[in-house]
Amino acid sequence: MTETLRHTGWMVVRQVRNLMREPIWVAMMIIQPMLWLVLYGQLFSKTGAQGPSKSSYVAFLLPGVVCMNAFFGGTWAGMAMISDLNRHVVDRFLAAPASRLAIVLSQVLRAGITATIQAMILLLVGLALGVRVHGGFPGWVVVLAAAALLAMVFAGFSNGIALLVRKEASMIATANFVGLPLMFLSSILVSIALMPGWIRAIAKFNPVDWGTRAARNGVVYGSGWGHASAYLGFLVLAAAVTSLFATWCFRAYQRSI
Amino acid sequence: MDAIVVEDLRKRYKDVQALDGVSFSVREGEVFGLLGPNGAGKSTTVRTLTTLTQPDSGRALVNGEDVVKHPSRVRRAIGYVAQDSGVDWEATGRENLLLQGRIHGMSGTQVKKRVDELLELVGLRDAAERVARGYSGGMKRRLDIAIGLVHQPRVLFLDEPTTGLDPEARAAMWEEVERLAAAESLTILLTTHYLEEADRLAERVAIVSRGKVVVEGTPDALKSNLRGELVTVELGDVDGRAENAAQLVRDLDGAHEVTIDGRLVRARVPNGASAIPTILGALDANGFPVAAVTTQRPSLDDVYLHYTGRDFASEDEEGKQ
Repeated sequence: MTETLRHTGWMVVRQVRNLMREPIWVAMMIIQPMLWLVLYGQLFSKTGAQGPSKSSYVAFLLPGVVCMNAFFGGTWAGMAMISDLNRHVVDRFLAAPASRLAIVLSQVLRAGITATIQAMILLLVGLALGVRVHGGFPGWVVVLAAAALLAMVFAGFSNGIALLVRKEASMIATANFVGLPLMFLSSILVSIALMPGWIRAIAKFNPVDWGTRAARNGVVYGSGWGHASAYLGFLVLAAAVTSLFATWCFRAYQRSI
Repeated sequence: MDAIVVEDLRKRYKDVQALDGVSFSVREGEVFGLLGPNGAGKSTTVRTLTTLTQPDSGRALVNGEDVVKHPSRVRRAIGYVAQDSGVDWEATGRENLLLQGRIHGMSGTQVKKRVDELLELVGLRDAAERVARGYSGGMKRRLDIAIGLVHQPRVLFLDEPTTGLDPEARAAMWEEVERLAAAESLTILLTTHYLEEADRLAERVAIVSRGKVVVEGTPDALKSNLRGELVTVELGDVDGRAENAAQLVRDLDGAHEVTIDGRLVRARVPNGASAIPTILGALDANGFPVAAVTTQRPSLDDVYLHYTGRDFASEDEEGKQ
């Protein structure tokens, strides 16, 4: 167990360090979420999409963009696994006494860390735009936790798919197939109150919406901690399920070689 | 104790029988070569011995441990340099090595010291802080080998160590392997589809063809089992009497497979050094001028052809498809 944790730690360090060496990736990681915030914020500012909430649309949107960004990042996390498979780094670890679980978990954790950093940047940008986190410190914690967990839920899924398809093109297609629909089936952009009934029904089962609701309680309402905790709890379960899925796919990969 | 024992390994991938009863053993401290064309089953054998692949049946022991029953004990004892480099391109040479040492459970001071030593040993000290993406093919390969050696393994697997390297880098790699075998007192199992490489590096070789070991022994023993050395005599101006000269050689004791190709007369003899004076003497006595004479010991190429009945180069081409 401690060995798994230690190996996971080393592997997370490796991945984060490697990513930091890609200046364009780092720039995009910071600029992209801001772009969403500004673009969507402007586009829908006069539509009243925030529904019954009395906040400005930007304030309504901020936790949504945090979650969108986190789960998009998660859906792409499998690309790093494919690159490691193609470069035979995975095989190199497998022929050494590396913790098998760490190989998968480190990818999932790394996605969570990236999303947390992005969420923090977004919250600071929000402050500059006059969006206050009404929940104060617990509000910050809830938003960051929602971002981290959402990224991990989808990183588990994405890594599983990566291990099954093992090709970039198939991975990209899957990420696109999953990403946009899940965004539109959630309250990221539009209040639940304004959704057609069937979308509202589906959204209930959409992890993206769980995260968004929790984060929104933290930023916009500064209340509803019970609900927020429940949603975060669901996300923990979902992250466990998708990580198990990824582990299962990893075993399938091992059997196939 | 034998460092590696392989008994009747079999492995099937969908419609390909990759291993069809492979058996051989490698002594401790020995450099052993698995020689065969592409697709013969060498890499699958190595992947089984390094615990990456599960065999369908058969048994394999590495450093006395069963690869199926105790894979993690095997992993601690081996270094694996795969055919395809396992270098992390975005990490520096040093970072690649440090991580591998950590995975093998080495302590911070232990691994730092060992990494410095290895960077020196494989000649990457000056490139150690550079990201591996910018390394040449030969440098990446040397880093791969260093990665395989971090934890001071007992047995090192080198799967096609020089494939994809230019001739200069290949020669350098050969020296490297020879040096390492001596410096680290390792058992090395190397696979190659270069006959000359097996000849140069391996103390003993097993020739693998279509998932089976067809013959095992020292390169010299395998070659001397063939019917001797090839002597080629280039005749001087013989006025179309070359056939007569060939007949003369044919009549000599021990010469066989005598052929003629223009002014070149070729013959197989048990021992080139002792046969040449006899041949030259006979030709001279009968007034045949000789322009040049060469002898050639049989190559592993000939050995391959002899034991498999197939030409190595064409088999290799086929295996790539």
